[in-house]
Amino acid sequence: MKPRHSPLAFLRRVEGLPVIGVLVLLYGAFLITAPAVFTRPLIYMSFLQTVAPPLVLGLGLTLVITAGEIDLSFPAVVALSGFAFAWAFKNLNTPLAPWIGIVLALAAGALAGYINGLLVAKIHVPSIMATLATQFFWYGITILIANGLQVNIKEIEDTAVHTILTGRIFGVIPAQAVWGLALAILLWFILNRHTFGEAIMFIGDNPNVARVMGINVETTRIKLFTLMGVLAAFAGVLLTTEINVFYPTQGQGYMLPVMAAVFIGGTLISGGQGSIVGTFFGTYVIGSLQAGVVATGITSYWVQSVMGLIMAVAVSINVLIGEGRISTVSARIRHWAVPAHPQTGGEPPANNDASS
Amino acid sequence: MADAPVEQYAAQLVNIEKYFGLVCALKKVTLEIGRNEIVGLIGDNGAGKSTLVKILTGVFPPTSGELYVAGRQVDFRRYNVKQARAYGVETVYQDRSLGEKQVLWRNFFVGRQITRRFGFIDVKKEKQIASEIMLNTIGFRGKGITVDSRVSVLSGGERQGVSIGRAMHFKAELIILDEPTTALSLKEVRKVLDFVHRIKEGGKACIYISHDIQDVYEISDRFIIMDRAKIVASIAKEEISLKGLGEFLLEYAHGFKDKAES
Repeated sequence: MKPRHSPLAFLRRVEGLPVIGVLVLLYGAFLITAPAVFTRPLIYMSFLQTVAPPLVLGLGLTLVITAGEIDLSFPAVVALSGFAFAWAFKNLNTPLAPWIGIVLALAAGALAGYINGLLVAKIHVPSIMATLATQFFWYGITILIANGLQVNIKEIEDTAVHTILTGRIFGVIPAQAVWGLALAILLWFILNRHTFGEAIMFIGDNPNVARVMGINVETTRIKLFTLMGVLAAFAGVLLTTEINVFYPTQGQGYMLPVMAAVFIGGTLISGGQGSIVGTFFGTYVIGSLQAGVVATGITSYWVQSVMGLIMAVAVSINVLIGEGRISTVSARIRHWAVPAHPQTGGEPPANNDASS
Repeated sequence: MADAPVEQYAAQLVNIEKYFGLVCALKKVTLEIGRNEIVGLIGDNGAGKSTLVKILTGVFPPTSGELYVAGRQVDFRRYNVKQARAYGVETVYQDRSLGEKQVLWRNFFVGRQITRRFGFIDVKKEKQIASEIMLNTIGFRGKGITVDSRVSVLSGGERQGVSIGRAMHFKAELIILDEPTTALSLKEVRKVLDFVHRIKEGGKACIYISHDIQDVYEISDRFIIMDRAKIVASIAKEEISLKGLGEFLLEYAHGFKDKAES
C-alpha cells in the first residue's frame, strides 16, 4: 500500500508550516490595511507582552490534547496561582516574598494539576468532566480566599522578580516573551525527543497499545496533568506580575482562545500527534487579532468573526493535508466524555480480545 | 540438576490452573514449547487459549502452577507485561501492538528506547537500527516505506511484520501470535506466514493461535488442541495430515456437541 499523497502533503514536511503561513498572511494584511501601526515596533512589543501567558498555557495544553485528554481547569489555576503569588508578596514581610510567592503559586498549580491527574488516571473520570469540575472548584476557592477582591501589587515593579519575569530586555524585548520561547523549545524537546513525550503520543494514539508496550499509562497521565498545572500557574504568575494586580476572575478569557491556538497549530483533537511549533505560532495568530483588527480601523466587533474565519481556514488546511480526519473528532469528544476503557486490572476487558 | 532438561524449552508450564471466581478457565495445564518450535494452538472460543497466553505474557497470574521461561522459573508476584518482555516473551496482537499515528522507528523502540542523558531519545541510533531490522530481519524492500513512515500507511500484513521484527530484534525467545491473520486478505496472510517462517529460521520459538487450520498446519511443527480449559491433544506435524487434523478437530467438535446435548 502506498502512502496517501495529498496535493498539500508538502506542507507536512516542516512542522507548523500551515499556521506559519497564516501568520505571515495575517501580518501582511495588517501591514497593508494599517501601515501606520504595523511598520512601527511598538505593536510587536505589545504582542510579545500579551501573548506570553496564553502561550505558556497553550504549550501545556498541546501536550494534554496530544495525550488524548483535555484540561478545562487551567483558567482557574491561573487565578488560583495568581492569588497565591499576590498574597505572598503582599503579606510576607521579607525581601524574599516574591520568590516565596512564585514557589507557592507553582505548588498550588502542581496540586491542582495533580488532583486532575488522580481523578483522570486513578478514578477514571473522563478528563472533560474532571477538569470542568475542578475549574469551578478552584475559581470558587480563589474567590473565597480572596474575599472576591482584587489584590494590588504595584510594588512588584521594584523587585528583581518583576525584572526577570516581565522586565524589558535591552529596554525593548519583554522578558516574558523569552520565557515563552524558552519553554516552547524545552517542551518541543520533551514531546519529540524524550521518553515522556513518546509516552504521551502513544497514550493519545491508543492507551492499550501504550500499556502493552510497557508504558505506565497512569503515571504518565498524572505527571502530565501535574505539568499542565505548573505551567498554568507560571502563566498566572506572568500575568499577575505584568499587570501588577490580581483579580479573582483572571484567566477566564483564556479558555477558548488558547484551545483555538492549539488546534490552529495542527495538534490533533483525536490525540497521538501534537505540534509545539504550531501552537507557538497559533498563539501569535490568535493573540495578534484583537489589537491588529482594531488597528485597521474597522470596528472591534469584527475580531471574533475574523478569529472564527482564520480558525476555520487553518483547521481546514490541517484536515486537507491529512492530519486531522473529521471522523476522529467526534470519537475523541466521546472519549473525553465517556471512559474508553473501564479498568480490569490495567487491561482492556477480556471480551475485546480476539482469541479463545 | 533439573537445569539441563529445562533449558531445552523456550517455555514450560507445569500444572497451571486459573480460576475466575468459581469459573475454571484453565485446568492443570502442562505444556512445553521447544527452543525452536512453532506450536499451533487450536481450540474453540472459550477453550482457554487466551487465558493461557495472558498468563504467559504476564497480564495476570495463574491461580496455581509453575512457569519457566528459557529455563528460569517465573515469580508470579513480580511478573507483569514488562517483566515478561525482559524474560523474552513477546506478544503480537492484531490490533494493539503498534501506535497507528506514530512513525515506524518510534514503534520499534517504544517502551525500550535508546536514551542519552536525562531520558532523551537517541533518534539517530534508533532510526538506524530500525532501518536495519526492516531490511534484514523482516525483509521490507523498496515499497516506499521508510522508518519515517507512519504505521497508518502500512497494510495489515506489514504491521504484523513490524511487530514480529521488533520482537526478534529484542531477542524474544518466544513470540506469541494471537490471531494475527483475522480480517486480512489472502495476500496479506501470505506475508504474515512468511514472517513466521523467519521466526523459525531465526532459531526462536512461536505460539501461533488461529482458527484457520490451513495456516496453522503450514507453519506449525506441532499442534496443541485445547477444549474446555484443558489441553486435549498434542500432535506432531509428522503424525498427521492437514486432512487428518481437520477431521480430528471436527470429530472433537461433534463429540463435544453430542456430549453437551445428551
